[in-house]
Amino acid sequence: MLNIALPKGRLGEQVYGLFARAGFECPAVLENSRKLIFENAETGVRYFWVKPSDVAIYVARGAADIGVAGKDILLEYRPDVYELLDLKLGKCRMAVAGPAGFTDRKEQTLRVATKFSRIAREYYAGQGRDIDIIHLNGSIEIAPILGLTDVIVDIVETGKTLKENHLEVLETIVPISARLIANKSGFKFKTDAIQRLTNGLRKEVDGN
Amino acid sequence: MWIEDRLMDTQERIGYRLMDLYDTNGYNRYRMSKFEEYDLYSRNRDFLLSENVITFTDTNGRLMAMKPDVTLSIVKNMKDAGRDIRKLYYYEHVYRAADETEGFREQTQVGLECMGQISAACISGVLTLAARSLQLCSEHSVLEISHLGILKTVTDELSGEHPEIKTSLLHCVSEKNTHGITDICREAGIEAGKEETLQRLIGLYGSPEKVLEELHVFPESAKLKEMISELEHAVSGIRSAQEQLNRHIIIDFSATEDLRYYNGIAFKGFIEGIPESVLSGGQYDGLMRRMGRKDQAIGFAVFLNRLERLREGESHA
Repeated sequence: MLNIALPKGRLGEQVYGLFARAGFECPAVLENSRKLIFENAETGVRYFWVKPSDVAIYVARGAADIGVAGKDILLEYRPDVYELLDLKLGKCRMAVAGPAGFTDRKEQTLRVATKFSRIAREYYAGQGRDIDIIHLNGSIEIAPILGLTDVIVDIVETGKTLKENHLEVLETIVPISARLIANKSGFKFKTDAIQRLTNGLRKEVDGN
Repeated sequence: MWIEDRLMDTQERIGYRLMDLYDTNGYNRYRMSKFEEYDLYSRNRDFLLSENVITFTDTNGRLMAMKPDVTLSIVKNMKDAGRDIRKLYYYEHVYRAADETEGFREQTQVGLECMGQISAACISGVLTLAARSLQLCSEHSVLEISHLGILKTVTDELSGEHPEIKTSLLHCVSEKNTHGITDICREAGIEAGKEETLQRLIGLYGSPEKVLEELHVFPESAKLKEMISELEHAVSGIRSAQEQLNRHIIIDFSATEDLRYYNGIAFKGFIEGIPESVLSGGQYDGLMRRMGRKDQAIGFAVFLNRLERLREGESHA
């Protein structure tokens, strides 16, 4: 039985569609119920819905053999897993944003608000820029407006929220999309099923 | 005095059985102090699995550390064996913090080191003991073997003189991340298609027979050929030692180690139901050179803490 952790929400449903077309169907997944775990003995899969940011933990700790996680989570938490495929879904980018027309005055420490401390720290370390990270858990956009920080590092999809808050993208750090990940030990013992799934998904992704 | 199994927990039982295995195969017990001068670790920070070390000031004012690693102490304390082979095993506790949030934990390791002029037979011998160690823990185990020389040759061709590109590529290799390799190459302006050899290399996975056959159609160079034949000798040596071990061996080039310390054969062991590797090892001539030693060396460690939840009745120990 292949254990698969899917991210709850719209992206997860899209991802399930890909898995089903690749031959790993489990129709109960899409039923409107409060159940969180779904099994299909015929196709040999057990799906479960988890919080998107937790998928990598389930996979790294072996509760799931396979999962789908955003590249942002993989870069931030560095779970020790295989990253087998770019599913090219949920595309967005990790970016530095700030008030329109902002210029970085290099003589001051740059104050950065973010949920992604590691990504921000590594990005600025690569430029040799001294920064002060303020870790926030949500409503990051508000930080520069209230003068809490100079800029933010966050995920930008359409840029609409930024625009509404008079912010703009200053630099793109890295493109983000959903990735198929696998537990390193699970891969050794369920190789055939995981390779079959990966190849099936690759065909689906390349065909789109 | 015979000690009954019921008095020991899984870790202890397996630990003693492993020591018995190494002892009966000509290895000698090596004991060491719990402490080392901190300087040893600060000079070899990258070699450690975790950079965090517990330090304290000794009564004579020296800055000491609770051992986070065993191999460094052995390398530091042993003299070169010259033409001989030195075979040592240990059962030790080390102190590490996986990351800032998890805090320090005591971990128990059993392992062995083989130092001197490392021959093909010596490599096979160590690999056989690694595979047997896993079998002693569980019938459902796999030893994955890689050759860092092959990986380095293919990666160097792609990254040229850029160490950052090489580091990123090797990280992708350890993740089996072929799309990541394409992204890195495009960003670095490397001609499209040049990355295919590295991608094919990490796509190879499976029994030694299957992978070695596929490896022979790789771009030919005398250097690569020699290393492929080294890998072939190493795995065929395991089979001649114990035929039934062969079905528990796979070749997988994603088993990487830090190339500044390790070279040649590298390997990791997995047991079904345990999410992380339970055994890790390889040839580390690079570390020996950095520590001013002339000998070559190969060894591995079994992480007993990770075996804590081995299913009851599964262990052969």
